[in-house]
Amino acid sequence: MSFWNDPLKVAADWLEGVFTGWGMNADAAHVLVAFLGVFLLIAILMVIDIFLVWVERKVVARFQDRLGPNRVGPFGLIQPFADIIKLIIKEDTTPGNADKVVYNLAPILSMMSVLILWAVVPLAPVMLGTDLNVGALFLIAAGAIGTLSIIMAGWASNNKFALIGGFRQVAVMVSFEIPMLTVLMIPVIFAESMNMNAIIAAQSTWYFLISPLGALIFLVAAIAELGRAPFDLAEGESELVSGFNIEYSGMKFGMFYAGELLHAFTFGGFWAILFFGGYRFLGLEQVSPFLAILILIIKAMLGYWVIMWVKYTMMRIRIDQMLAFNWKFLTPLAFALLLVTALMNALLASAPAWLYTLGMILANIVTGWIAIEIARSATRSEREHIEGGKKPAEAHH
Amino acid sequence: MTAQQIIFILIALFTLGSAVMVVTTRNLVHAALWLVSTLFGVAAVYALLNANFIAVVQVVIYIGAIAILFIFAVMLTRKDMRDAGPQINKNWWAGVLVSLLVFGGLVYMLREWSGFTKTASELPPGFDSIGLLGEALVSPNAYVLPFEVASVLLLAALVGAVYVAFNPRAGNSDK
Amino acid sequence: MSEWIYVALFIVVGLVIPIGAIAAGFIFGPKKPNPVKESTYECGIEPVGPAWIQFKAQYYIFALVFLVFDVEAVFLFPWAVKLGHLGLYAVIEGIIFVTILVVGLVYTWRKGMLEWA
Repeated sequence: MSFWNDPLKVAADWLEGVFTGWGMNADAAHVLVAFLGVFLLIAILMVIDIFLVWVERKVVARFQDRLGPNRVGPFGLIQPFADIIKLIIKEDTTPGNADKVVYNLAPILSMMSVLILWAVVPLAPVMLGTDLNVGALFLIAAGAIGTLSIIMAGWASNNKFALIGGFRQVAVMVSFEIPMLTVLMIPVIFAESMNMNAIIAAQSTWYFLISPLGALIFLVAAIAELGRAPFDLAEGESELVSGFNIEYSGMKFGMFYAGELLHAFTFGGFWAILFFGGYRFLGLEQVSPFLAILILIIKAMLGYWVIMWVKYTMMRIRIDQMLAFNWKFLTPLAFALLLVTALMNALLASAPAWLYTLGMILANIVTGWIAIEIARSATRSEREHIEGGKKPAEAHH
Repeated sequence: MTAQQIIFILIALFTLGSAVMVVTTRNLVHAALWLVSTLFGVAAVYALLNANFIAVVQVVIYIGAIAILFIFAVMLTRKDMRDAGPQINKNWWAGVLVSLLVFGGLVYMLREWSGFTKTASELPPGFDSIGLLGEALVSPNAYVLPFEVASVLLLAALVGAVYVAFNPRAGNSDK
Repeated sequence: MSEWIYVALFIVVGLVIPIGAIAAGFIFGPKKPNPVKESTYECGIEPVGPAWIQFKAQYYIFALVFLVFDVEAVFLFPWAVKLGHLGLYAVIEGIIFVTILVVGLVYTWRKGMLEWA
């Protein structure tokens, strides 16, 4: 076993050997090495996070027909480091009326809730992360801590904008958690496991090809969970100034901001893992773990890019429209899709692979089409109700 | 003492300390947040017992849903976050007596129980606890009826909540 | 159990790194607080009334509906894991389970409780 084939195990074995050579207990050495590994992974994530600031600014600039950061370093690459130095040497003001402990705890928990998601991310065939048999639910559990951090920030700031922003965001996050949980069950049904590694291992065909509608619902729910446009009620610059993080400055604000970017990237990664085969791509992942990590990062970046694309193309939706969209459209649709998938899975259990895939795709398309037709007729009757019998052709003017 | 027992004692102290804070803090939102840390401690105990599914469900349901519900309820009902009234009423001695009796009784009953020194053993490899749970939930000779009744129970809870909250005049004031 | 050691390590490191970053800001940043700087931001005017206000009941209703469906989804996860082995009767049981709850959603909808009035 060479370093090229399994770098993590080689390095870990070597380090454990060094530590036990110093007279350390074998278990303690194992935990210490694991600690160093986790620390290394999170440090790398934070470096990626710094570059995500640059990526985000560059991409939004392109969407808005601007250049983006281009002064500091080649292509503005040094810009995020300048931003970080600025954040560090800024004064950290705490409002006098704030609840100090909760106020300071909120950005820490917000970042932590994103970082622990990487505990269940399989990076490569030999770097499986934590082999937790409840990986899919772990995703939601970490999200629960993120939700809590937003409500803490909104409440502790003792500011009306922060409180309203935080509460609206939490209402949206918990609402969209239902469709997310529901479609999360679709890869679980296919893979017959909640373990992220097993879900990747079972994806000889991408689950996106078997359940495109499920992948789409997951993406929409993930964007709502992230609190990005069109679901960025927590910030709502035009009406709530900055929302739940209005009173935060310096590095505490930086934690919310960096947490949001890393969260978006992470959900790009989970979208890739659950529906696009994770680190798998044409068998290349078997060549080297480094290549597998690269494939995962590229897929996560593509998912992140889709999330950015939506963010910078869509306008913000009002809270009543958003909750109505979730409870009257997305949640029933997710339940219908889950039941249809379960039914087709049982009916096509003994069918050949091509028939299974074809049947699933057809089931997805039919379910989505029926849902859109129902929504269309409902909105048509509502529009006629509002316009009071005006002809639709006239209403366009 | 094994490492596992030390971890358990630390988690138990954390959980109990948080629980004491829930009932002693005067700020209602702080009480809710201390409750979150208590529930998190309970989830850690489940994790220590190899009950992965229950541990994660504890966080998803209790921290992700019930704690949020509590905080919403506090914001909904109270204008004042601080409770200025006395925290114990004049029957406190009766409460202390009853709890001491119950605790003493429990200690007496469990004095010969061997479980105190046991630690959770590792699950055998390939033991699929979630799969077994899934099978038991839908198997006709196991829990299929409770499974469906749980759904009816949830329905009753939802209908009841909506009925209580339903106001036909719909005179909801904004925020 | 051993998997949870890694999760615990992630929690510890995930707390330490943001604390370190905020501490760096605390060490290198200026600290010159004054009452005006510490006042609550309200678009430049003096804050009116307390911020910890009473909220509308609708938030509570949505949280309740969410709680019911959250519990439902948690029940369905073990069902989903074993679905491939259990055959059609398990699927039908799942359909009954979900349908009963969708009745609740429809009831809530009909009563107008899903409107942000």
